[in-house]
Amino acid sequence: MEKLLLLGDEALAQGAIDGGISGVYAYPGTPSTEIMEFVQHSKQAAELNIHRVWSANEKTAMEAAIGMSYAGKRAMVCFKHVGLNVAADAFINAAMTGVNGGLVVVSADDPSMHSSQNEQDSRFYAKFAMIPILEPTNQQEAYDMVYMAFELSERLNVPVMIRITTRLAHSRSGVVRKAVTPQNKLKLPTDPRQFVLLPAIARVNYKKLLNTIPVMESLAEKSTFNRLSLSNNKKLGIIAAGIAHNYLMENFPDGCPHSVLKISQYPVPSSLVNKLYDHCETLMVLEDGMPVIEEMVKGIINIGKPIHGRLDGTLPRDGELNPAIIAKAFNMEVYEGMPIPNVVRKRPPSLCTGCGHIDVYTALNEAIIDFGAGRVFADIGCYTLGALPPFNAINSCVDMGASITMAKGAADAGLVPSVAVIGDSTFTHSGMTGLLDAVNENSPITVIISDNSTTGMTGGQTSSAHGRILEICKGIGVHPDHIFVLTPLKKNHEENVRIMKQELAYQGVSVIIPQRECIQTFARRKKDEKKSSEE
Amino acid sequence: MKTDIILAGVGGQGILSIAAGIGLAAVKSNLHIKQAEVHGMSQRGGDVQSHLRISDKPIASDLIPNGSAHLIISVEPMEGLRYLPFLRKDGWLVTNTVPFVNITDYPETEEVIKAVEAIPNHIALNADAMAKEAGSSRSSNIVMLGAASPFIDIPFEKLEDGIRELFGRKGNDVVDVNLKALRAGREFSMKNR
Repeated sequence: MEKLLLLGDEALAQGAIDGGISGVYAYPGTPSTEIMEFVQHSKQAAELNIHRVWSANEKTAMEAAIGMSYAGKRAMVCFKHVGLNVAADAFINAAMTGVNGGLVVVSADDPSMHSSQNEQDSRFYAKFAMIPILEPTNQQEAYDMVYMAFELSERLNVPVMIRITTRLAHSRSGVVRKAVTPQNKLKLPTDPRQFVLLPAIARVNYKKLLNTIPVMESLAEKSTFNRLSLSNNKKLGIIAAGIAHNYLMENFPDGCPHSVLKISQYPVPSSLVNKLYDHCETLMVLEDGMPVIEEMVKGIINIGKPIHGRLDGTLPRDGELNPAIIAKAFNMEVYEGMPIPNVVRKRPPSLCTGCGHIDVYTALNEAIIDFGAGRVFADIGCYTLGALPPFNAINSCVDMGASITMAKGAADAGLVPSVAVIGDSTFTHSGMTGLLDAVNENSPITVIISDNSTTGMTGGQTSSAHGRILEICKGIGVHPDHIFVLTPLKKNHEENVRIMKQELAYQGVSVIIPQRECIQTFARRKKDEKKSSEE
Repeated sequence: MKTDIILAGVGGQGILSIAAGIGLAAVKSNLHIKQAEVHGMSQRGGDVQSHLRISDKPIASDLIPNGSAHLIISVEPMEGLRYLPFLRKDGWLVTNTVPFVNITDYPETEEVIKAVEAIPNHIALNADAMAKEAGSSRSSNIVMLGAASPFIDIPFEKLEDGIRELFGRKGNDVVDVNLKALRAGREFSMKNR
């Protein structure tokens, strides 16, 4: 078979296509976005008619995938770690329903928060839901794991999580493909009540799930993705999970002299951990993200042999691992290279020249002066960069959709007016329901939906709003006299400031929709149009 | 053989086209490759880097360990300096001298160039001017790839093949301009190393 040069994300996508999926469901989020994008650009996926349209949010994605699984077909859901919070209700209960067609959930964690607001570890969620996790160390494993994950899911009757971190998601390497598995046929669940989680049925399902855990464990113990190699040197035993195993081996190019247990399939294979523990005098746990395995092995009582890792300071408590951090944990000498010269300045990300959000913030900053500082609740997207100079325009960024509801809560507390700044894609993701809360109480808030008609920060994916923000707001019940559509351009600055001032003074819900296409997607569209007119 | 390369630039400058050129050549040479990229927030005009590793043996880590890169290729003079902690003692810094100014406190270009010249092994070239001379100002990254080529353990012909594959769809003229840019960069380094 041919060898492809693929990102970790792309290897997952190709593995799923070859593994017989009928649909991918996802909401964009770094570092997971490229999985869906790869499927969308794949000719093979188009020929196989695999579902590959973005969902409005992670919860709708997860639920649609459960529906596809119910109908007997294989489905994959992809999102970033915080997306799993949004999907959590459906995710946890999917373990209770079990599956019909294989169901794989890819959660992409972002240790060191390269593009995220926290570094939560998705493995906690899988443990909580009591389902297996596959955690690849390289692109080939990513491909192989997702390829077999659907069968594993069908065999165990649970969803399977694939946990990947930024570094592997966005790193490219050679991948060899396997034969294409045909898609499942449409087939209803054998038990018509399997997916009906009424308490009486849920209790039965829960016992089944609990009874499956030993099977999951025994599969993890036998898995070829997990590997225990015992060394004659009994001083130290190392548990290395996922990509941390790479950083370990990078420091021992001629082979690690210590005993090593590589873990890439969970539940944590306890018999292998016990073998390692019995064999060695001390243990060290290397894992990217939070100390999930380390806490399990060490426990609260912390008796027995010493266990080193993130909890005792052998490794940093937070942040992504790398080869140098591991080397230092082994007291190896690390050459730190040359220092960065003083002349080097920080270069934070910034809004693109010509971006419509710039005009929105310029107008808002002027309009709000008389009302006082500290009342702008923003959201997640390119416009979060309004927190940085020269704008210094926003006071919050918490989670998808929180701008509107936080503005409402602050207004309830007496901070009037309060302002929400949210993008079109984030609004349809999680802003609409919050706006309904505000409408129901006629809260004195001004909601600015800065509509660039795309999901910008993740690279310009289709926005579920599809240009219907105005209609949606009317439908939710915002009074039409207090909905304004503006064009955020310099020439309209004074008029835009005037409308903002007027609505900030209004003691009820107003929605202002500055609407101008993202300049990145605009440039791409013009280029595509030019290309197609030449052809 | 093993070559560890840090590619440096600013989000939007297209450092990944250099990585793609080297990557294709590495695959054509049957070498192992790992290439870690930056996607997401930093791509909006922030500093970005890519770790590119090529070896005839399997590669463990996607990240290059501190102090061990053979080469830093920077499409902008200040950005290459940011990654000096990754450079080996005998490693080379190959940088474009044309600054990309999108921050208000960007230092004086002379100061930046002085810092570049303080690095014992450096190649500094005006890739923008050389690209223009080769026929397209858009080929400056390919000039940089050419300038880096003497320090990468891959036959030059494989890099040329990579360029042909990369730009083949855009027609022969585009391929020729980029091959010219590639050769001009290489020639500069051969003369000045």
